[in-house]
Amino acid sequence: MTVEIPKEKYTSSVRQVTIGATADEGGTRAHTLTIGGETCMPFLLHEGSTPNRPALALEIRDRKPEDWSELLIETWGDAIGDPVAWARAAEEVGADLIYLKLSTTTPDGEPNSPENAKKIVRQVLEATGLPLAVIGPGQADLDNELIVAVAEEGKGERLLLGLCEENNYRTIVAAALAHDHLVQSKTPMDVNLSKQLVILIHDMGMPLERIVMDPTTGALGYGIEYGYSVMERLRMAALQGDTMTQQPMIVTPGEETWKVKESKVGEGVPETWGDWKQRALNWEAITATTIIHSGADLIVLRHPETLKHVRNMIDDLIQTQTA
Amino acid sequence: MALTGLEIYKLLPQTNCKECGFPTCLAFAMKLAAKQATLDDCPYVSDEAKSKLEAASAPPIRLVELKNEEGEVKVGNETVLFRHEKTFYNKCGLFLRLKDDEDAGILSNKASEANAFHVDYVGIDLYLDGFAVEAASGDPATFASAVKAVNEASKKPLILIADSADLAKAGLEAAEGARPLLYAADADNWEAMAEVAKEKNVPLAVRAETLDGLADLTQKLKEAGIEELVLDPELGGYHDSLHKLTAIRRLALKKTFRPLGFPIISFPGTASEADETLLAAEQIAKYGGLIVLDTFNPASLYALLVLRQNIYTDPQKPIQVQPGLYEINDPKPDSPLLVTTNFSITYFSVANEVEGAGKPGWLLVADSEGMSVLTAWAAGKFDAERIAKDIKAFNVADKVEHHKLIIPGHVATISGELEEELPGWKILVGPREAVDIRGYLDSVWQN
Repeated sequence: MTVEIPKEKYTSSVRQVTIGATADEGGTRAHTLTIGGETCMPFLLHEGSTPNRPALALEIRDRKPEDWSELLIETWGDAIGDPVAWARAAEEVGADLIYLKLSTTTPDGEPNSPENAKKIVRQVLEATGLPLAVIGPGQADLDNELIVAVAEEGKGERLLLGLCEENNYRTIVAAALAHDHLVQSKTPMDVNLSKQLVILIHDMGMPLERIVMDPTTGALGYGIEYGYSVMERLRMAALQGDTMTQQPMIVTPGEETWKVKESKVGEGVPETWGDWKQRALNWEAITATTIIHSGADLIVLRHPETLKHVRNMIDDLIQTQTA
Repeated sequence: MALTGLEIYKLLPQTNCKECGFPTCLAFAMKLAAKQATLDDCPYVSDEAKSKLEAASAPPIRLVELKNEEGEVKVGNETVLFRHEKTFYNKCGLFLRLKDDEDAGILSNKASEANAFHVDYVGIDLYLDGFAVEAASGDPATFASAVKAVNEASKKPLILIADSADLAKAGLEAAEGARPLLYAADADNWEAMAEVAKEKNVPLAVRAETLDGLADLTQKLKEAGIEELVLDPELGGYHDSLHKLTAIRRLALKKTFRPLGFPIISFPGTASEADETLLAAEQIAKYGGLIVLDTFNPASLYALLVLRQNIYTDPQKPIQVQPGLYEINDPKPDSPLLVTTNFSITYFSVANEVEGAGKPGWLLVADSEGMSVLTAWAAGKFDAERIAKDIKAFNVADKVEHHKLIIPGHVATISGELEEELPGWKILVGPREAVDIRGYLDSVWQN
């Protein structure tokens, strides 16, 4: 009996977005990173193409983070207090992009300042040839102040800047527009909110080729199923031609999983949770695996070992691409 | 897919006798198509039509049941490709493979250890579903004693991995009290395996590398009278698994392709190109049925069981807890008061931390319609007005004398508004994440 493999036909595709600029393009990056462009549901390559495999970023900070798990601090060693060394280490272990998140304070306890943010971004740009994302600490006023300065400092580099959220996006979008950068548009696990924020940002004049959409992902055990299904619905809508859902998706399983108890702590938890380090790595890698299967294009991780496992998986998933 | 009203009408007597309670056979056919009537209401339907209609209304992916004295596993009966379209119904089974080339005593210990694995996730008891015992020795007596050892150590459902009828029989006879899955019939042994499966009335797995080969086998077995089948498409790594399982699920659901309308069995530990845990995770999300692991590692199993629980949660019904004022560690009127939402995962994260801190506390669970803190806040279900309303509704002021309320750090912005809504109350902004509550209570609340 010959079984005919059913194929789905889609009319449309995910938009391609390029982060970073080389010397020829007015920046200083060794190469650029292009994401998106899929014409099929994740990895079903017999019915469409995936011109760019999902990219993996590592998150670094402008100073030693105070609330990170011991396991991460141990892995990164001294680099964790030095953004230059940290960025180099992240490049060395195979990151496609450096995701630099700024902190509210400097190591000496002073509030973070535009001058400090500029200095660190400059140092990181000089330390690595990888494309760069720079994200504010998550407090609207400070985010705006820092990211405006960073946008100016990084002019020409086509940075990915964030976070743009429903109640705070105008200043960051305006700065990104003025200095030719891209933005990360983040909304809380909802198809319509995702779409709406893309529309609002686009209405300010931002080309769709410069918006990366962050639908928000819960960690495994902490709401992953919501993010998973929202992403599947967004991707399906994109392939069926809903223009404002066609942005590539960025997800942050590193940040989401390393704050949950299963990953963060090794003591005072049930014995049946198993070995702490293996569990923590599984938590990050399984969360990443699951949302890669629902359409993630740029995955921000924290542990280099997770990156290695997830990289192997993506390489295998994409292996027989002919397009 | 199911037949349309007109297709059903052609199979009915077309006499419009009205005895079914509907004015015409066509009207009755329409009701049947809409599943608002059953065929039993028609006294004159022919046996031939009956069997055709029953076959057409059978679920596109057959339900397969494994049982033992302590537990059962049902897989199949799925109706959608994406969980948001409806829900995934029957959780895939997670099994551990044990081989009979090890001493029965060792097998018994391994089975006992894995059998004892239980972990509590938001109030749900998670555990391994059963064991797959493999006749690696090739000797019926050795296999029988291995099956017996495992079956005595654990009364969970079994899968018996045996490639000949002799081994299969020996294993099934040793699995007292169980209804195992027999694995597997292939192009060479299917007749003999079918006979054993039929005699013992157990479900049978079929194995072939290609979908063509699988379809051939299931057809032959159906003719031999075996209908409760499980497919083993001999999956490779991530790519091969995703492609084959998607193709099979689509063929079953979208084409009603009966020869492949069965649940799948997979062995993620055997693919050299993949990590067992991550491939198992992929198969939980993408169409696995019975997933047989080769490693028992709580750090992986816990994560996989949680993933399965998440993926198989009905998207239309977030798991909620009852709103109200919860008492933790026997609180006094001067104990701290925290507020959170009634999404179960949020509630358990917060409650576990307060409980784990060993401190008495009050936890006000506001009615956020089952949403987590940020989502509820964004949707206007966890705002100052709602929290103030619940403070009054649950008479919090009568029980907590200090009138200080700790709100989640993620909604710090509502503190001013909340102080306006609750005159005389002081609003404290707590940590953003539950995991930091302990430290907060130790440092901030103490002072």
